[in-house]
Amino acid sequence: MINLTINGQKVSVEPGTTVLEAAKKLNVNIPTLCNHPDLCVAGNCRVCVVEQEGARTLIASCATPASEGMKIQTNSLKVRNARKHIVELLLSEHRSDCTKCYKNQKCELQALANEFAFGDTIFLDLVEDHPYTIDRSSPSFIKDDSKCIRCQRCVRTCSELQFISAIAVANKGAHQKISSFHDRPMSHVVCTNCGQCVNRCPTGALVEKTYIDYVWDAIYDPDKHVVVQTAPAVRVALGEDLGYDPGERVTGKLVTALRQLGFDSVLDTDFTADLTIMEEGTELLTRLKKILVDGDKKTALPMFTSCSPGWIKFIEHKYPELLPNLSTCKSPQQMFGALAKTFYAQKRKLDPAKIVSVSIMPCTAKKYEADRPEMRASGFKDVDYVLTTRELAVMIKQAGIDFRALEPSHYDSVMGESTGAAVIFGATGGVMEAALRTAYEIVTGREVPFNNLNITPVRGLEGVKEATLKIEGCTADWKFLEGAELKVAVAHGLSNANKLMSLIRKGKASYHFVEIMACPGGCIGGGGQPIPTSQEIRKKRVKAIYSEDEQMLLRKSHENPEVIGVYKEFLGKPNSHKAHELLHTHYTERESY
Amino acid sequence: MTKQGLNKVDLIFEQVDAREVLKKANEMTSEEIIRQILESGLKGRGGAGFPTGLKWKYTAAEKDPEKYIVCNADEGEPGTFKDREILDRVSYKVYAGMTIAGMAIGARQGIVYLRGEYKFLLPKLLKELDVFHKLLKELGLDFNISYRLGSGAYICGEESALFESIQGERGEPRNKPPYPTSSGVFFKPTSINNVETLVTAVMIIHHGAEVYNQLGTKDSRGSKVFSVSGDTPTPGIFELELGMTVQQFVNEFGDGDTKAVQVGGASGFCVPRKKFTETIIGFEGVPTGGSMKLFNSSRSMYNVLHNYLDFFTEESCGQCTPCRVGCQQLLKGIEKVKKGEVKSTYLNELVKLADTMKMASKCGLGQSVGNAFRSIVENFREEIIY
Repeated sequence: MINLTINGQKVSVEPGTTVLEAAKKLNVNIPTLCNHPDLCVAGNCRVCVVEQEGARTLIASCATPASEGMKIQTNSLKVRNARKHIVELLLSEHRSDCTKCYKNQKCELQALANEFAFGDTIFLDLVEDHPYTIDRSSPSFIKDDSKCIRCQRCVRTCSELQFISAIAVANKGAHQKISSFHDRPMSHVVCTNCGQCVNRCPTGALVEKTYIDYVWDAIYDPDKHVVVQTAPAVRVALGEDLGYDPGERVTGKLVTALRQLGFDSVLDTDFTADLTIMEEGTELLTRLKKILVDGDKKTALPMFTSCSPGWIKFIEHKYPELLPNLSTCKSPQQMFGALAKTFYAQKRKLDPAKIVSVSIMPCTAKKYEADRPEMRASGFKDVDYVLTTRELAVMIKQAGIDFRALEPSHYDSVMGESTGAAVIFGATGGVMEAALRTAYEIVTGREVPFNNLNITPVRGLEGVKEATLKIEGCTADWKFLEGAELKVAVAHGLSNANKLMSLIRKGKASYHFVEIMACPGGCIGGGGQPIPTSQEIRKKRVKAIYSEDEQMLLRKSHENPEVIGVYKEFLGKPNSHKAHELLHTHYTERESY
Repeated sequence: MTKQGLNKVDLIFEQVDAREVLKKANEMTSEEIIRQILESGLKGRGGAGFPTGLKWKYTAAEKDPEKYIVCNADEGEPGTFKDREILDRVSYKVYAGMTIAGMAIGARQGIVYLRGEYKFLLPKLLKELDVFHKLLKELGLDFNISYRLGSGAYICGEESALFESIQGERGEPRNKPPYPTSSGVFFKPTSINNVETLVTAVMIIHHGAEVYNQLGTKDSRGSKVFSVSGDTPTPGIFELELGMTVQQFVNEFGDGDTKAVQVGGASGFCVPRKKFTETIIGFEGVPTGGSMKLFNSSRSMYNVLHNYLDFFTEESCGQCTPCRVGCQQLLKGIEKVKKGEVKSTYLNELVKLADTMKMASKCGLGQSVGNAFRSIVENFREEIIY
């Protein structure tokens, strides 16, 4: 153990502990800005400087390991003066239109300014000295360089967590900025729109592109029938933006709130999550049959899940040769959209042209997905507007709803019924677990051999998870699978996905089915979820997802009565011609920069 | 002796038999080489002045079998041009210095990081390197030297930014610790030394520490190559014994009207005439990596300062707040003071800012911007304002 003194208090820490962490142990708060629990240490904002006895300069507490006998002052005159200067300097290059900013009162720089730099401005305004860009080219987010403070959290997120590096540091000195390949607009680079950078930006430099006003307009238009769908991960995180602790489930209140906002029908993406399992499970079994029985050499295995639009764009850019491995299933959001303007319209006797389809997603990439030209199977734009969890919280506040006081209620029907299998789509491993619950039962006629249906090997926040499931006692139709070992893998966060893909490309992995989610932790850690995020917060959301599953009456997708109904009344069978038209899609090879 | 009594030395450019020096070093143990360098009192000649022997000792103590010697030839400090001359005239001594350093720390690989603007020297340097590699082969010494070129960024002269640059990354300084001696280029133990330092080490091994020790003062042993420029009738490269005052220097190189000397380039200190006699050039006074710029009374110190700040505003890597934004504030600040758009007392705020930059910047670049700023603003305040 290493012994040091901070503000006169003695503390012992493990070797490798930083001064910042040591101070935390003593409940001494040192302000930080570029530091983020998910990212490597940068030590570039210098807000966290502290005084070390005997040192020539101040030291960055986030980047300096504690050493034996160190004497640290976190609030000396030198530290206070430097810190105030640093915050003032950051403010001088930041366009402070705070009252109009989407991040007002949620901005970390604003919070620091409030503590250290109130009163008269010391330094000269530098914002207008350099030309800056406000890039609105992505349908998912806005990149406003005039608010960027160069902490490089976004750059580290994009390279470390997501292995994309769509954004990187360009130029030096006064001209240094966060830029893309050849300064191209964000819509024309390798960006997956995952929004993880948005989730970690301390200021308003990276924010989601908001469609709140469009949705209000639709709600207030008497001619329109506005349907809303909510993704599984929203219900375990929305509360965080409305004063709840991380990990609190607010499903019932969420439904009531949406109804009070004026949506005509409050429906559930979970319904199409169940439908996805039917389509994707059938696709997997068909692929296995083609290869094992028909000896088809063209069919690609392993099959990859296709629910996560950030992941889809990643593979289109980075591993286009593996696109045949991608399930052709649309994501639950887009299946929902396609059915809302066909099946739902028929059922409710509505003109699909008058339906406005809104989705509430934990995701910014979903905004991009909804805009894809392929996503118009209904003859209209299948999903008109995508709001993030954060945007929904804003709408609830705008409407003056006292969220805590709301009575919980149930989703409307039709397309509002779901199972526990659909809920767990929100966590990494969830799609895999849901698929196995159904596929195993289709093939063997028995439930998956796991206690209480909980397929624990695919759960948890480990970067890459693997599992093997032996298939025994097959029914007559599936005898060719008798004794086979189904090998599956699960990865979350694109840098983990990349590890898996590079193995698969080299032929060094022999999986049958692979689940990938673009975001750390899966959708619960999505780019559209409440800020801040950390492993600890994500763990709480995951826990909430699985307890939501446990308390559902139905926990297997194929038992969802509405799913059974939609096949009977409308689609026919899984992977039928109509299902292919509405629920499946194709992919595009894209440039790798 | 020069006509003004400065002791001219000829160590750096003196021709020696590399074979003999290498043989001599090869017969010594690592500890003996390091002891010689420690006893010589040699401090890094790039400007920062870290004791060379200690650097070698720390690197030698590392257990990793893969270690590196990096020669910092990214000579970018405004007003410095001595490394170019050394490489041009006695590159074999640089290579020999790297080899000896390799023997001392247990490294078999050396990398010369050459300033991008010196690319024109490369064909000749590589030819001479071939000859040197043959000599190493003849002597049975297992050491290999290669070149990496910079691309013109001043910051890449900062050791950890230089490593990043060699590794193909953006040239940005790293957090320290860890220091290069434990985690340098390719995150391996590395001794990074200036061109002149390595050549000096060769001469210390050649002549012995006790001979070298007789030159200079207690804090600044030996001699140093100076790059003399500005308002002087005799600009150029001069190797002189350390210990002289700025006054002695000006007597030798001034044009009779010298009002200030910028010692150590843009990141160094400005010494005004009234402090010439009391200021020693060396680690007890104002240290320098070699740059000595003389200014006579025709020069505006506002322009001089503006030039330096413009330089730093461009050449900061931009990653840390105090340096990236601080440089811009200092530059814009003196412009506004000059134009009368802010009160002259704003200079006091800027001096405080320069102090913050010194205390809170991540690397030596940001930490030293305040040197020139403070010394010019404090000594020539009226020239900045009016």
